Amino acid sequence: MHRFANPARFTRLADRVLPFVAAGALVCLGIGLYLALFVAPPDYQQGESVRIMYVHVPSAWMAMFVYVAIAVASAVALVWRHPLADLAAKASAPIGAGFAFLTLATGSLWGRPMWGTWWEWDGRLTSMLILFFLYLGHIALMNAFEDQQRGYRAAAVLALVGVINIPIIKFSVDWWSTLHQPASVLRLDGPTIHPSMLWPLLITALGFKLYYLALVLLRIKSELIAARLRALDLAKLKAT
Amino acid sequence: MTRKHRRLYILVAALLVFGGAAALVLAALDENLDHFRSPSQLIAEPPPLDRGIRLGGLVEEGTVQRSEDGLSVVFRVTDLSESVAVAYTGILPDLFREGQGVVTTGNLQSDGTFAAREVLAKHDENYMPREVVDALKASGQWHDGEGGHSEGMTQ
Repeated sequence: MHRFANPARFTRLADRVLPFVAAGALVCLGIGLYLALFVAPPDYQQGESVRIMYVHVPSAWMAMFVYVAIAVASAVALVWRHPLADLAAKASAPIGAGFAFLTLATGSLWGRPMWGTWWEWDGRLTSMLILFFLYLGHIALMNAFEDQQRGYRAAAVLALVGVINIPIIKFSVDWWSTLHQPASVLRLDGPTIHPSMLWPLLITALGFKLYYLALVLLRIKSELIAARLRALDLAKLKAT
Repeated sequence: MTRKHRRLYILVAALLVFGGAAALVLAALDENLDHFRSPSQLIAEPPPLDRGIRLGGLVEEGTVQRSEDGLSVVFRVTDLSESVAVAYTGILPDLFREGQGVVTTGNLQSDGTFAAREVLAKHDENYMPREVVDALKASGQWHDGEGGHSEGMTQ
């Protein structure tokens, strides 16, 4: 793992991978959204409003995936002091917060006509809102200290404590009687969503994942360049 | 601002965030579990009339009556053993229909009916086009109710 701790090596690798990841994201999102908005059939109960699901569900998956990625990076940073792990966590947090916000916003827009309410304090919705707050707390904590390393450490601890929320989100619909429906795709007895709707969803979800990957590589790269600039400034200051 | 102050503020802010989060969860659980009744429970133990409660169940088939101006609606909510008449004025959610699961918030009236301030329709985990539903119904594989038709989906 320490092979990629070398910033120069990471940057070379990222430069090589980035065009493919970005192109993949663009293609998957293009095809996925076209299928979702124009090809997929309206739902037998929800009608056309079901199309919100093609953005809502991938956002929700990514909001949870990015948080787990941050937690893993935080553990690596705390235990092995891997310098790129802190940067990966820092680069991921605003993206994850964006996904969580998108989940809450699209869910609200769907909930008003379908359920009859913008918001309900139910287990799934509340735990998702807490995830959004955890992201905001993580971003704030990262930047709360003058000493960057202390910010990294505090944020890493928060990320690890908060990871308990992820299974709560996933299983909230099974544990409590929620207004939110149970899982339709990731369930033991197979998906309860028709293939004509499942495929657009999976392609869009892949697009979301590649989009995150492209963005996070770009952001880590720019963090590395910023750190290099700071080091150069410091060296110049010492020389004068 | 000294560093010590700064740390203190951060600690207080973190505590507030966590406290707030915990309070939200507790409030959510309290609201959803404590005041939730099925029609049978409502009839067996009628709550005080001034206490807001949530009544959940299925909209009984053939009981939905809309007023002439289309604003008010009366229907019965059933748990398949007992049922309660519910009156509601306002816009119903798109998913509201006979046989659908609903959660209504409101008060029990002295005549035994339930005056709802809010009607929420529950959605299940099944997503499919209308033609598939028609096909399933035609071949007799369609079962109304919870999760009964998941086998038809996996193929």
